[in-house]
Amino acid sequence: MSVFLQFLFSGLTIGAVYAMVGLGFNIIYNATSIINLAQGEFVVIGGLLMWFFSESLRLPFLLSIVLAITFTGLIGLLMERLTIRPIKKKDLLLMIMITIAVSIVLRGILMFKFGKDPYNYSPFTEGDPINIYGAYIQQQTLWVIGITTLCIILMYLFFNKTMLGKAMKACAVDPTAARIAGINVERMVMISFVMSAMMGAVAGIAVTPITLMEYDRGPMLAVKGFCAAIMGGLGRGRGSVIGGFIIGILESMTAGYIHSGAKDAVALIIMLVILFFRPAGIFGSKTIIDLRRF
Amino acid sequence: MRITNKRIFLVASLIVLIFPFIFDSAYTLSIATFAGINCLSAMGLCILMGYAGQVSLGQAGFYGIGAYVSAILSLNYGFPVVFSTLIGCVVSALAAVLLAIPALRLKGHYLAVATLGFGEIIHVVLNEWGPGGPSGFGDIPKFYLFGYVFNTPLSYYFLIWAVVMTLMAFSLNLINSRFGRALRSMHDSETASSAMGVDVPSLKIKAFVLSAVYAATAGAFYAHYVTYISPSSFSLFQSVLVLMMVVVGGITNLWGAVVGAIMITLLPEALREFKEYDILVYGLILILSLLFFNKGLVPIILERLQKGHRA
Repeated sequence: MSVFLQFLFSGLTIGAVYAMVGLGFNIIYNATSIINLAQGEFVVIGGLLMWFFSESLRLPFLLSIVLAITFTGLIGLLMERLTIRPIKKKDLLLMIMITIAVSIVLRGILMFKFGKDPYNYSPFTEGDPINIYGAYIQQQTLWVIGITTLCIILMYLFFNKTMLGKAMKACAVDPTAARIAGINVERMVMISFVMSAMMGAVAGIAVTPITLMEYDRGPMLAVKGFCAAIMGGLGRGRGSVIGGFIIGILESMTAGYIHSGAKDAVALIIMLVILFFRPAGIFGSKTIIDLRRF
Repeated sequence: MRITNKRIFLVASLIVLIFPFIFDSAYTLSIATFAGINCLSAMGLCILMGYAGQVSLGQAGFYGIGAYVSAILSLNYGFPVVFSTLIGCVVSALAAVLLAIPALRLKGHYLAVATLGFGEIIHVVLNEWGPGGPSGFGDIPKFYLFGYVFNTPLSYYFLIWAVVMTLMAFSLNLINSRFGRALRSMHDSETASSAMGVDVPSLKIKAFVLSAVYAATAGAFYAHYVTYISPSSFSLFQSVLVLMMVVVGGITNLWGAVVGAIMITLLPEALREFKEYDILVYGLILILSLLFFNKGLVPIILERLQKGHRA
């Protein structure tokens, strides 16, 4: 029982990160119908910048967090300005390629600045792990899960209750119609990239004390986060969160009970099964997919 | 003079024949050989994406299947290399059918991600259960045919480029055949082409199989050239590289795949002096070429030439 719980907790931790990456995908997808494959790099940048501000520059904890999130947001802004906006004909393949190219450049810069070593800093709160039925849960895990929950709630409120959020959703469904209705589509796209980058940064900042962070963690995070988003149905915030947790838990169970090397295949196999039998995801709707441009 | 595929083919064959006599160092020949191997994968992907309109981010999976199956059969079971290569292609084709049947319902992002997932699963399988695990295995026999072993750089160069040019001739004929016309009509509109009697699902599966066989051929020739393979050569990055080759060269033209493959193979060599920062320069060049030449080099050049011709 205690072993099972231990696996469950580590699954929840990693699942929370996948959920956040999945949410990041959804923010951009909801505003632009683009899949940003550089999403994983935002997580890495968040974690590494947090280390830079808090450990290297020795800035206060909260200031470091604010700075790390802001700078990652700026990188999202630059990415949109320099690589997404100049492309007039937004063809699916071209957009996939360009986000991959951006992720390669970001990885290059990260390696240039931070090298290949993993980085770590102290958890948000000091203290012993909490013992639950013989399994230990780190306090940082609770932070990760708490922060994820908060982000989900904020995202939900943003996209469903605010004018800006609704305007962003309209851009994805039909940019021309959105423009006719007086929505500044370019600005919505820009905001979506900034928000998504910040979301990635938050995930990176929260999880680095548990999993460490190095420059080339991005692609795997992006793939897993994408599995989460597909599982919940692309464009569905809550769906991708549940998908993220399911994948995280299944992964840690596979690693624990079956074979540690097989854990990376689990998310992918689940994703393929879902794509093949229910492409709209567990919570998505087929009609919405057919209405989408891509 | 009009630019026709036949004329380009003749010029290209001439270049292939003359090249080793101008640049005869083992280093340039080995790079030219790798470029040829990449051409095979890129041509397959070009048919699949540029002509059939199906996205794939999993070519490394087929490439890996071809390399591993052929290497294992020839090394551990003593199969002649020609047969092991053919079996590698058959296994890869079967995998393509298995992937394509459920993927028929998918398009756009969903198809891209499904193929990406497939490629990564193959990578994980090779990593965990392939001989030698993550570090791979060596002593794979060199390619031989009728008792002749291709063990000099020059002989392998000619072998690879003979295969490339043969497949090129085959592909050019194929895309101008009934099959090729059906592929292009499917690319433009699935509904319209099925109304005209094109069997869209079976055509899609065939396109997938074709691209998988090209990739597996490339994989087998790669394995029998370097004689040592490990899963890291068949990761997502390899799929992305092949995709880059096709996009940079020009997705709507088979020659684009060849030009793209040569350029992407040469790029890391040209960036040698940047040492481990080459990845940064690499990415920047890629972004710039996507931003400014996103139609692909070959279509842009052809357009220029034809305009000049008319004026």
